Amino acid sequence: MAKPFRETLKKKDFIVTAEAGPVKGSNVTNMVEHIELLKDKVDGLNVTDNQSAVMRYPSLGTCLLVKEHGGEPILQITCRDRNRLAIQADLLFAYSRGIDNVLCLTGDSVDVGDHKEAKPVFDLDSVQLIHLVHSLNSGKDMVGNELDGGVDYCIGASATPSADPIEPQLIKFDKKLDAGVDFVQTQAVYDLNELKRFMEHTRKMDGKVKVLAGIVLLVGAKMAMWMNDNVPGIFVPQHFIDEMAEAPKGKGVSRGIEIAGRLVRQIKEERICDGVHIMAIGREERVPDILEAAGI
Amino acid sequence: MIIAERKPFEEIKNMIAGYKRILVVGCRTCVTICWAGGEKEVGILSSQLRLQSGRNGNELSILEATVERQCEKEMVTQELGDKVQDIEAILSMGCGVGVQTIAEIYEDKPVFPALNTAFVGMPEREGLWIEMCAACGDCFLDRTGGICPVVRCAKGLLNGPCGGTRRGGKCEIDPEKDCAWVLIYRRLEKQGRLDLMRKYYEAKNYRKVKRPGKIEALEA
Repeated sequence: MAKPFRETLKKKDFIVTAEAGPVKGSNVTNMVEHIELLKDKVDGLNVTDNQSAVMRYPSLGTCLLVKEHGGEPILQITCRDRNRLAIQADLLFAYSRGIDNVLCLTGDSVDVGDHKEAKPVFDLDSVQLIHLVHSLNSGKDMVGNELDGGVDYCIGASATPSADPIEPQLIKFDKKLDAGVDFVQTQAVYDLNELKRFMEHTRKMDGKVKVLAGIVLLVGAKMAMWMNDNVPGIFVPQHFIDEMAEAPKGKGVSRGIEIAGRLVRQIKEERICDGVHIMAIGREERVPDILEAAGI
Repeated sequence: MIIAERKPFEEIKNMIAGYKRILVVGCRTCVTICWAGGEKEVGILSSQLRLQSGRNGNELSILEATVERQCEKEMVTQELGDKVQDIEAILSMGCGVGVQTIAEIYEDKPVFPALNTAFVGMPEREGLWIEMCAACGDCFLDRTGGICPVVRCAKGLLNGPCGGTRRGGKCEIDPEKDCAWVLIYRRLEKQGRLDLMRKYYEAKNYRKVKRPGKIEALEA
């Protein structure tokens, strides 16, 4: 059985989380395989919420699968698809079923997804969502009504260390910290100097909030360039694109694992932050290889 | 002002199919300025319809009129006068308010919209109009240096930019469009008022924008 993530955050030296990406459909066989493969190798499994605005099996349902199979799920909730009533209801349900970690996100625009005609909700933003979870944690709903049976969520937020300009992002990030979070999982980081600069900014947290650097596995030069153009918040530097392009045919993924392993190893050795969050988008089965390449 | 654009000709043609005597009504206010439904556009659409009907051998009788403000009942009634009498259908080139004003006055006539009403905005330059106001009923501009995040941020976020902002401060959904929150940051920084951006703003109160909106002046 996995340890509660809250405890891991307090005790573990270098924390590793990964993703269980929900399937497009109702066939959960592959997801369950990934969960089984990863549940004891990582400290928590994030479950994305209609990732990239592409409609999929729900985050909540996948978190239940993670729980049933003995893993430690981290429920990702975005503000894109649900209003404040639906979000609170989902949080009550998730907690009643043993899910007690939540990552509060804005959510990618419907314009980047596969239901571009949908009405985007964004009734709340990510900072307001963090405040909402706190009010549920205090036994009250968002408008102050008493709950019959409260919740106790371990709360996470995201950050974008490689944003340009970074200042507006940091102002918003500080509002998330002020609202109160237990952990931070960043968007993909490739330039560790950017990560170091971001960590300078987080010094005032005094180690109370754990920061996990986002690592997205590259599988090819074309994919890297495509991500730069199409995946919000991801910026792959040219030298990594070149390195991927130089990989022999059929060896793209191995080269990507090498790069990801290198990044994780350096983050760990230099203690740049408290851990990593590995996003192997569609290649979840290769997460153990990344950890091995990193010497974990 | 209200910004609209004309529907495709095919759609308009199909809407009015079956009617022979049609009155095309423009408006001299917002839709004149955004080149969608002023006197000139009434003339162009009417000519297109006549030309088309001539080709089909299905002669249409098209009457043209442009009123000062299609959203005011008195003006519409006064300016259209008895032009409507022998008309079978009215094609409004006003905004959605204009269409409904006409429909309320002439309850027995079918009224069709020739425009798609798009947003409340301003002319950026000749021939380009951009959305500036969501008519959200709870103006936030005092906190954002006069730049509206409700409508100019693609997600209407109130506490700062999303993580999807592109390099150079462009919007997640459009590399040509500036991220509203980067614009707000720069404006407030220039004014030495960044403390406004550091404040936490609670979730929007949608009771202030209860639809349909209704405002009654105290003296009324």
